[in-house]
Amino acid sequence: MAAKTKFSEYRGWGFGYLALLAGLGLLVLAALGAAWFMEHNGHYVTGMTNQIVWGMPHVFAVFLIVAASGALNVASIGSVFGKTVYKPLSRLSGLLAVALMVGGLAVLVLDLGRPDRLIVAMTTYNFKSIFAWNIYLYTGFFAIVGVYLWVQMERRMNRYATAAGWFAFLWRLILTTGTGSIFGFLVAREAYDAALMAPLFIAMSFSFGLAAFLLVLMFACAGTGRPLGDRILKRMGTLLAVFVAAVLYFTAVQHLTNLYAAEHVGVERFILLEGGVYTTVFWLGQVLLGGLVPLAILLLPGIAGSRTGIALASVLVILGGIAQVYVIIVGGQAYPLVLFPGMEESSSFMDGAPATYAPSLYEIGLGLGGVAFALLMVAVAVKVLAFLPETVADSAVDPHHTDSSAAEPIAAAA
Amino acid sequence: MSGFDFDRRRFLSAATAAAGVVLAPGVTLYGIGAAARELDEPASADIRWGLLIDVNQCTEDCDACVTACNEENGVTGHGRPATDAQWIRKVRVRDPKTGAEKHLPVMCQHCAEPPCVDVCPTGASFKRADGIVLVDKHICIGCRYCMLACPYKARSFIHENLSDQKPYAPRGKGTVESCTMCVHRVDAGGTPACVEACGEDGNGAMLFGDLNDPGSEISRRIATYATHQIRGDLGVDPGVRYQNL
Amino acid sequence: MRALVLLLAVLAIPAAAAAQDGRGFGPVIPKGKGEQCVAETDYMRRFHMTELTHQRDETMQRGVRTKRFSLNECVTCHATTDSAGRPVSINAPGQFCASCHEYAAVTIDCFQCHAAKPGDGGRAGLPSPFPMTAAANPETVQ
Repeated sequence: MAAKTKFSEYRGWGFGYLALLAGLGLLVLAALGAAWFMEHNGHYVTGMTNQIVWGMPHVFAVFLIVAASGALNVASIGSVFGKTVYKPLSRLSGLLAVALMVGGLAVLVLDLGRPDRLIVAMTTYNFKSIFAWNIYLYTGFFAIVGVYLWVQMERRMNRYATAAGWFAFLWRLILTTGTGSIFGFLVAREAYDAALMAPLFIAMSFSFGLAAFLLVLMFACAGTGRPLGDRILKRMGTLLAVFVAAVLYFTAVQHLTNLYAAEHVGVERFILLEGGVYTTVFWLGQVLLGGLVPLAILLLPGIAGSRTGIALASVLVILGGIAQVYVIIVGGQAYPLVLFPGMEESSSFMDGAPATYAPSLYEIGLGLGGVAFALLMVAVAVKVLAFLPETVADSAVDPHHTDSSAAEPIAAAA
Repeated sequence: MSGFDFDRRRFLSAATAAAGVVLAPGVTLYGIGAAARELDEPASADIRWGLLIDVNQCTEDCDACVTACNEENGVTGHGRPATDAQWIRKVRVRDPKTGAEKHLPVMCQHCAEPPCVDVCPTGASFKRADGIVLVDKHICIGCRYCMLACPYKARSFIHENLSDQKPYAPRGKGTVESCTMCVHRVDAGGTPACVEACGEDGNGAMLFGDLNDPGSEISRRIATYATHQIRGDLGVDPGVRYQNL
Repeated sequence: MRALVLLLAVLAIPAAAAAQDGRGFGPVIPKGKGEQCVAETDYMRRFHMTELTHQRDETMQRGVRTKRFSLNECVTCHATTDSAGRPVSINAPGQFCASCHEYAAVTIDCFQCHAAKPGDGGRAGLPSPFPMTAAANPETVQ
């Protein structure tokens, strides 16, 4: 049986660490500047219009929120499903989940027409709105993951870790159901209005969250000189492949179901064939680069399990994920609303015409700033609290590890 | 209250006396619309305001309703069609098989079950007792979820700073807006500006009235002729109906 | 101690300047039309925002259109005109709302959406649904 995992803060003040903080900080500042500019002038300076009402900020925000709940899965696998191999990683998993959620929500709030009325959003509720439920789901997520982290980090409370883990796992499933239902409950939009949105988003969260976690873990271990075992990495790589396949499966079901109904053939023709940039982003970005290629990297004998391969696959899954959210959010809005089924419509308000959208630099800046803010929070947190295990070497974390020839140092790097 | 004798009841009775003659409730006449309510009387759930638009009377070249709406509510463009607000628009509907064309105005359809109201997180999007769907811009946070939910593309987001609004039609940057059925005129016993303009400058294609009053002109017309609700299949029961579509 | 004296002296300079203008410490507020506001001045100073918020919800949500605490009526009565007789925005510097709010450092949100000048009754030809005259105010309660 492996020895009890030791956790410690990152104690270095190296140039690399400071440069990382400075770089992320600059991105956050740029995002705040972009948000201020958009709010000061009004949204006409963005690419968003009365046709595409949710643009790039929402793509980033939804991606981050979906990835946040998925990043918690590594902790859940340890606590809920009893896989002890994952237990040393559960603190970082909880931390990354909270950080990504904060980043996503910050982007969402800063893109509101009236972000100064955040207090209204927090105090005035219409309980029939899935958006209002989500506000509770998000704040509850912070509270629950906070408690979950505490019972893990406070020795006296460790015995409640499994219970807290269960609760957090169920909560995050409900939360992602809520995120997917934001689109699933839109009765009038051809591209949405499907119960499948909820499980699709859950599959997406598993995939995007694990990919984000893998990258952060590999970067953190390399950066702080903590060993990271090949075996545990390969294990997570295989898991990522399963999740990527699940996303492809739900995507296929979504489009096949729509194709079967004559009513929805129009929107499918738009996304799959004639939608220009959306068609390209769907096939090249989401399906090929975000799905098939990482699947091949993670599963093909010979490549599977290599560190570079896992890192590359994770990057591709994230980029493909952003592409997928882009197709869902922007592509779904670009397809014109059908007021008169079977008829051709036109007007000065762009009825019947696919909407065009060119994201402005401000919107992209705001979205990237959300990502940077999340990573900045992680970078600072691992310095002040003991989130990182001193070693994730196979021999240290794997109870079934037998390969004694692996020359991995067990002691923490000095 | 800080030594000031604030006597609401006395004030209200004074206002009632000042409001003048009240017509019999529910009396609806074409061109006149509602009986004026007393100022302190809230909108009544006994009434459901609606519109009937005779598409055969509506011609391609006429935009009297759109012009009147813009003028009445101070909806001015900024030369940016993609972000400029439109409360009412003329839509051309063409049957691709026959080439037959119809032209009709589309605005907020004031649904009985409005999706915009369902999805609004703060309750800013709401339906008044008399069926008029409005945005309470005091609590609208500008999330634009209602715009995604609306089946009619009836809503616009205000993309820039505004000034010189009309006193009775407040509008401002960062909030969502749509046709109010000229609620300020309706409350004063009038008809919406589009209906009035359609009768005066247009072809008299629009009729305003109380759908709940079986004796109203609009109710009698709906009972007599086949009418159409846009996307009636969604079950949202729009308060705007189209004849000869 | 010396620092405190210095500080008081520095603070006294603008106060003295203001006193020379005959303004005292308070803001200068243009006088409204008519004899009297819809409630006593002390009450209005302290509770105008409460009354406006209450009225706002009554009007917006329920369609109650009493005029006593209507923002439009406030603007009609308190807005001034420039030398050419054109109405001046009530939230412009030195005007009724702005002078006090600037003094108290409280941002006014109203006029991002609401008209800051008195307006006409609506589309030309329509009798004004709400005559925007001071006489339309209901009798004030003493």
